[in-house]
Amino acid sequence: MKLSFTLNGREVTVEADPRRRLSAVLREDLGERSVKSGCDAGDCGACTVLVDDRAVCSCMMASGQAAGRRVETVSALTLAEGMPGALQRSFLHHGAAQCGICTPGMLMAAEALLRRQPRPDERAVRDALGGVLCRCTGYRKIIAAVMDAHRFTDNGTTETGDAAAPVGAPLPRIDGVPKVLGSEVFGADIGDAGDLHIRVIRSPHARARFTFGDLEAFRQSLGAELILTAKDVPGRNLFGVIPPFADQPVFAEGQTRFRGEAVAAVVAASEVLENFDVDAFPVSWQELPAVSSSDEALNGDAPLLHEGRVGNVMARGRVRRGDADAALAAARHVAEGRFSTGFIEHAYIEPEAGYAVRRGDVLELHVCTQAPYMNRDDLAAILGVGADQVRVIATAVGGGFGSKLDLSVHPFLALAAWRLNRPVRMAYSRGESMASTTKRHPSEIALRIGTDAHGRLAGMVFDGIFNTGAYASWGPTVANRVPVHASGPYHIPNYRAETVAVHTNNPPAGAFRGFGVPQSAIAQECLFDELADMVGIDRLEFRILNALDNGMETVTGQVFTQGVGIRRCLEALRPRWRKALAAAAAANADGQSSIRRGVGVAGLWYGCGNTSLPNPSAMRVCLRADGRIVLFQGAVDIGQGANTVITQICAQALGLPVTAFELIGPDTARTPDAGKTSASRQTFISGKAAMLAGEKLRTKLLRLANVSAAAVLALESGRLIACEGGERHEIDLTALKADEDGFVAEASASYDPPTSPLDENGQGEPYACFGYGAHLVELEVDRDLGTVRLLGIAAAHDVGRAINPLLVAGQIDGGIAQGIGLALMEEYLPGRTENLHDYLIPTIGDVPPIEPLLIEEADAHGPYGAKGLGEHVLIATAPAILNAIRHATGARLRHLPATPDRVRAAIREAEATP
Amino acid sequence: MAEYCRPAELGEALDLLAGGGWRILAGGTDLYPANAARDRLPGAVLDITGLDGLDGIGKQDGFWRIGAATRWSSLIGADLPPAFDGLKQAAAQIGAVQVQNMATIGGNLCNASPAADGVPVLLGLDARIEMASARGYREMPLAEFITGVRRTALAPDEIVTAVRIPDPGPAARSHFLKLGTRSYLVISIAMVHVMLIADPPGRVADARIAIGACSPVACRLSALERELIGHPFDTSLADRVREEHFAPLSPIDDVRATAAYRLEAAREMTRRAIAAIVAGGGRR
Repeated sequence: MKLSFTLNGREVTVEADPRRRLSAVLREDLGERSVKSGCDAGDCGACTVLVDDRAVCSCMMASGQAAGRRVETVSALTLAEGMPGALQRSFLHHGAAQCGICTPGMLMAAEALLRRQPRPDERAVRDALGGVLCRCTGYRKIIAAVMDAHRFTDNGTTETGDAAAPVGAPLPRIDGVPKVLGSEVFGADIGDAGDLHIRVIRSPHARARFTFGDLEAFRQSLGAELILTAKDVPGRNLFGVIPPFADQPVFAEGQTRFRGEAVAAVVAASEVLENFDVDAFPVSWQELPAVSSSDEALNGDAPLLHEGRVGNVMARGRVRRGDADAALAAARHVAEGRFSTGFIEHAYIEPEAGYAVRRGDVLELHVCTQAPYMNRDDLAAILGVGADQVRVIATAVGGGFGSKLDLSVHPFLALAAWRLNRPVRMAYSRGESMASTTKRHPSEIALRIGTDAHGRLAGMVFDGIFNTGAYASWGPTVANRVPVHASGPYHIPNYRAETVAVHTNNPPAGAFRGFGVPQSAIAQECLFDELADMVGIDRLEFRILNALDNGMETVTGQVFTQGVGIRRCLEALRPRWRKALAAAAAANADGQSSIRRGVGVAGLWYGCGNTSLPNPSAMRVCLRADGRIVLFQGAVDIGQGANTVITQICAQALGLPVTAFELIGPDTARTPDAGKTSASRQTFISGKAAMLAGEKLRTKLLRLANVSAAAVLALESGRLIACEGGERHEIDLTALKADEDGFVAEASASYDPPTSPLDENGQGEPYACFGYGAHLVELEVDRDLGTVRLLGIAAAHDVGRAINPLLVAGQIDGGIAQGIGLALMEEYLPGRTENLHDYLIPTIGDVPPIEPLLIEEADAHGPYGAKGLGEHVLIATAPAILNAIRHATGARLRHLPATPDRVRAAIREAEATP
Repeated sequence: MAEYCRPAELGEALDLLAGGGWRILAGGTDLYPANAARDRLPGAVLDITGLDGLDGIGKQDGFWRIGAATRWSSLIGADLPPAFDGLKQAAAQIGAVQVQNMATIGGNLCNASPAADGVPVLLGLDARIEMASARGYREMPLAEFITGVRRTALAPDEIVTAVRIPDPGPAARSHFLKLGTRSYLVISIAMVHVMLIADPPGRVADARIAIGACSPVACRLSALERELIGHPFDTSLADRVREEHFAPLSPIDDVRATAAYRLEAAREMTRRAIAAIVAGGGRR
């Protein structure tokens, strides 16, 4: 049917099925790729457009209903080609866009409000934006940007990074403009409607045997190009992020191990797949008894998921120091408890997506990924080709948080494009993304901690069982990291922490912001509050009393002579803590109201980089003859800001402004390996490599201009200017010999932080640096309903050096929002919460005002003293919330999430206990 | 048969429906999510959002008439007496703005989810459902229209054309409370809608209390309604709420909450909704 409507002020007519979602027509038929698809169910709002000035989810609107109406996308906000409008510039200024995937939807929802109400209050902003989910920003900067949009005029300029000293400057992110324009290219935004698509056939059972019918006959009847199964994998039908543990097949063979596991894939034109009924695929299933929990898995009678992994144990971790049992026996006060958490879904708003094309003997894959080099190596093994025959180019990543380290769409795209020699696209549906990709490990933790009479920590025994699902993924990392971190940033002389990662017939549990440490911190920080109460000292002072410091031994025997910032973080909260306690006491004074106020605190530490393993990053920076600096920046920016931060560091080292830079993004054929975006390592490690490369190039440029290190450099079109002692030296770059890429000077550097192996008792130096922090939460609990309302959070973080305070604050807000979700609402249940209306993440109304307190206890290794931050933030939020709930009501929440029914039950229990 | 039709005349729509095989589309906020793996709705779709006269709010013959295709956002800002305050409170909490701008009141009833936010409100307002087919019009109380979880009395050839609400009068006051695990875009754990009418001496002349998400179909608490009638319209009113009044409820354990919690929450929310109306004053 011919469909006509007004799109961004211009009449358009398109041949489209009127039953088709408007979002699909806009994206695929009209090329409006700024309209994002996050769920196809109205749950995320990423596809929000305006129809006759009203915000609607275009994924839930029949395109036939658009006929004759006025449809506007984010392009309507843009002034001219590439020129952001007022609201968009306010977003840039406030750092309201991180990964950028929700940004077009946020902007349109905000635009609908601002047209009616140009100066809205916070309540109005929340009500207007409540239907758009963001997983990165924690919403606070979005609220600020919308409220502040009236200050930005439509003809203003965009802020740029021309600061003389880039390190420490709160620059708007340098890759922000395409994010607010909606022109950023994410995984699903490459290729066109004519490319082949892929639909994966997945196991409906947690464990099943299966057999195929006549696949070739089915292929022909469907009109598909290709059906892929395990037989079609030319190389190794196996992958895994940690090579010795690689155990996951691209396509299951004979038996599946989790609901959602791939067994086959259909490659066909998009119209063929649109009519394809997945249930018609010729496969028959025989459901088998499945291992659903860690308890079942560890029962001796349970079926084994993997040959050779006795008792379904995939990995164990251990740290031992002193005699923990003796210390607990002699302790004056002992607190103990059992804690549990469930699967947590990453819930980035961009489902996994990519595009593959074969170019001669090279497979080229564009994909949203956190680890292009690791992906390349796994794909080469799967295809049975050399690593140089696979090129992985990272698209913009619409949120990762750990799950986009692992392969998802990659092997299907690679196999199809390689076999057919035609371009192939695919994007996971939300349900497919949730069912098949990695999760945070469910945990079951038993913990005992003892102190002496004065409240000094004497000993701790920690036992953690982590449900790692059907395949290894990052399970070994979780098993190793947790024992190192489970003490928290405190001095505990006698310590034993043991972990086991156990296979079950569930989705693979892998990396998720903190690798198991958020789970262990919940147990440790909650028991700390009980210990403080037993000892009879203030809960914050208890932590300060026991905080690590320079020169003290950690539980692995590591002694830092510098850079330990936990005490400063805790002390920074003291004034607010006292005020908050007084406010709570005053609010609770009447004792009648159902509403009780509480205050909680929790500390954190987190090691930056891999645990006792090599973890290098490499950077290359070049000067082109036209006077531009080109940074080959292979550290994937998943929204956290690596593009900006690493450029700021390199610019500082070079002594040139950020505006002199152009970036070449992560591409295994062009950029040096900067490692994966995980373990909070990019600022710390890749940033250090960028600093070293920048210093090297500066040395070369100084030599070129024949000036000393004190000279001030500048670049103009085709010229290098060096000023020293009132003299100006000018080098004509176009006269220099350039390499084939036009570079006249270049420098590369790599950095690998110093660590040492852990011995059989986990003693050694696992990390060159830890980052530290502490959160203070104020909240209200409705005693009769068990509901929790957060009032405010103060977050003190020792970041060593805030390379970009704006981006640091953004990481803090976003991590806190995820911590709120972990504490209060998130739990993934396979088969039951495979969408974003049953699996709940915080909305714009669930994140209170956040006050960041930046502590800069410089680290000797990090670039300009900087430490990592990304994962740290999440760790302290949930325990601080639980501690505040206990303070308000006496309720002890030990099994998360603390949903209203669980909070209410815990309050009843507390009321029943004298 | 055409795969999509969006007629302007009700008669044409009813003739099409009489031929059979159509799926009725209104706001799309339930149909599209139910087909999340596809880019389009399967089968023949009859889009009723173009029908003349199917949306809008009016009053005639002692009934308020809300067209079935009226969007929730139109209700939020509608000029209605205070008896409809609860309806507006519910409208503002259905999904989020994007859903309120698309979803229709008729669709909410036809979808017949146990957690439909509109149902307890309209039960509490004694709403009647008007349906049309090529065979003619008929009407029935909402309580009879929804027959079970995602089941209604609507025949395959029928369209819901309007929701008709007997005018509760200027003295009626209402309040709606929704409980969920987060602030926006949340499926209810429990909902309560209370409507009270105080007589001039200050006693409860009429009381209607409906609970949602605590039974397969939202239901009225008639024992509690009888309990409240005749009692002084003052701050003691909420204290009359007792556990046995909630016997009609049969909540389930699910991912959102336990059954026991739902019952407890429904009681507490009922008390609060009554207290909120009393605090607001019965008459203005």
